[in-house]
Amino acid sequence: MTATKEMTSWDVEKIRADFPILHTEVNGKPLVYLDNAASSQVPQAVIDRTSKYLAEEHSNIHRGVHYLSQHATTAYEAAREKVKRFINAPDVDCCIFVRGCTEGINLVAHSYGHGFINEGDEILVSQMEHHSNIIPWQVVAEERKAKLVVIPMNERGELIIEEYDKLLNERTKIVAVGHVSNALGTVNPVKEMIATAHKFGVPVCVDAAQSVPHFPVDVQDLDADFFVFSGHKMFAPTGSGVVYGKREWLDKMPPYQTGGSQIRTVSFEKTTYAPLPAKFEAGTPAIAAGIGLGAAIDYLNSIDFEAAAKYEHDLLEYATARLADIPGVRIIGTAAEKASVLSFEIDGVHPHDIGTILDQQGIAVRAGHHCAQPVMQFFDVPATARASFAFYNTREEVDKLADAVQKVIEVFA
Amino acid sequence: MSELNELYQETILEHNKNPRNFREIEGADKEADGNNPLCGDALRVYVKMDGDTVADVAFKGSGCAISKASASMMTQAVRGKSREEADVLFDEFHKMVTGGLDVETDDNHLGRLKIFAGVLEFPARVKCASLSWHTLNAALHDAGEISTE
Repeated sequence: MTATKEMTSWDVEKIRADFPILHTEVNGKPLVYLDNAASSQVPQAVIDRTSKYLAEEHSNIHRGVHYLSQHATTAYEAAREKVKRFINAPDVDCCIFVRGCTEGINLVAHSYGHGFINEGDEILVSQMEHHSNIIPWQVVAEERKAKLVVIPMNERGELIIEEYDKLLNERTKIVAVGHVSNALGTVNPVKEMIATAHKFGVPVCVDAAQSVPHFPVDVQDLDADFFVFSGHKMFAPTGSGVVYGKREWLDKMPPYQTGGSQIRTVSFEKTTYAPLPAKFEAGTPAIAAGIGLGAAIDYLNSIDFEAAAKYEHDLLEYATARLADIPGVRIIGTAAEKASVLSFEIDGVHPHDIGTILDQQGIAVRAGHHCAQPVMQFFDVPATARASFAFYNTREEVDKLADAVQKVIEVFA
Repeated sequence: MSELNELYQETILEHNKNPRNFREIEGADKEADGNNPLCGDALRVYVKMDGDTVADVAFKGSGCAISKASASMMTQAVRGKSREEADVLFDEFHKMVTGGLDVETDDNHLGRLKIFAGVLEFPARVKCASLSWHTLNAALHDAGEISTE
């Protein structure tokens, strides 16, 4: 297939028709939604499925013998099966539902940490991680008297793999790394990093929050030990998320939260836990959100996700070229492999002022440290403005962004 | 663009570019730090007192145009005022940007500071405009450090 054919095979207007919010106005202007790395928008099919559940199927799952409870359980477990196929997990029981990526990483960090990390051990995290993939490990390191070691990056925002290879040693107990950086857009070579870690017998926890919405993933091909993501960044409602983990680890790890649903027997002397995945799913989950996540996966399966990824990548390159062309604009994060994210600053203008002026044009971007303060420190900026794309964004929207950035420069000239 | 023009008025842009009293005060009697952790705005306010009068006031730090211009104009507004008068201005400014005071109809002493009334239409920016004032208030009342979160 030629590049031209691939471009035309993606009918962006048809896709946009699936997302009602994209047809609304903000500040009297058509919405230009470029904050997808924070949260993506929801297609009508997902809204309908979630509403139908709430209107016709809602009940608590797993424990009821009545019709609705069984119906809700079936729908929720069907969503889990969809997750398994979406990431090509070997085993549906190794797909644990959580309320979001942050909760998922906390689950892995605390549970794995209490099971396997001891005094003097080392935890490797990268310099470009989101705070959610730093702080849980920092807390666990402190509790277990272990050391947090940082994989450095270069000025393009790429991990320095030779340094990573040198940092791995017999004290390393886990590597925590983002698949795609939310602040820079860098796609990290996680498959290679996992292979190297495995030579030392070290498991790897991949923060996949920013990768699953942008290209197809395969946890078996990556050989990831843990793979964690949120639903709300991949066109599902907030409150959904997944931890995939290899059974060999999950079976040995203690529960993270405890309570209802995750037990086999309870007495005041001793509790025994349920098998996977229930062991890690204490309490009533976000059932509607989980079913919504299943519907979002159905949606992604209904479109040509490979073509979507290609289209979106072309769009990112177009946006990068447009902004790089404007004098006074500096792009932060220029890795060779990028997805979705375009962080930038304008000489002499604070990102919050950029954000406000763009908002008045109906353009939603994020201005701030993107929960990645170490990244901001590395590039010596207080904050950046960040446009982040999804497959429903268009070149016309990129042009509006570029025009608005010009306007910012005029206002502050 | 009308609302936007109301926020980024010429005077505000000019103060952002050339902030007044943007310096440290050696031997300041009072200092306080202000932080807005959400956007990374951080500034320090220095005050030199002469009895009960604000003899000199200055600031250093980094922030957006709104926070910088607000700090700049604040230093101009409170210099030479008594602590009590500064407290009144703080109170009125705070009320203006949070909707508790209408500069057109309610009595006030805000003068040129009325230019910040437009911030009310931009809820995400209220903290930017009021950060320096909260920090001044902390300095005058020896509270040390404030955070607008």
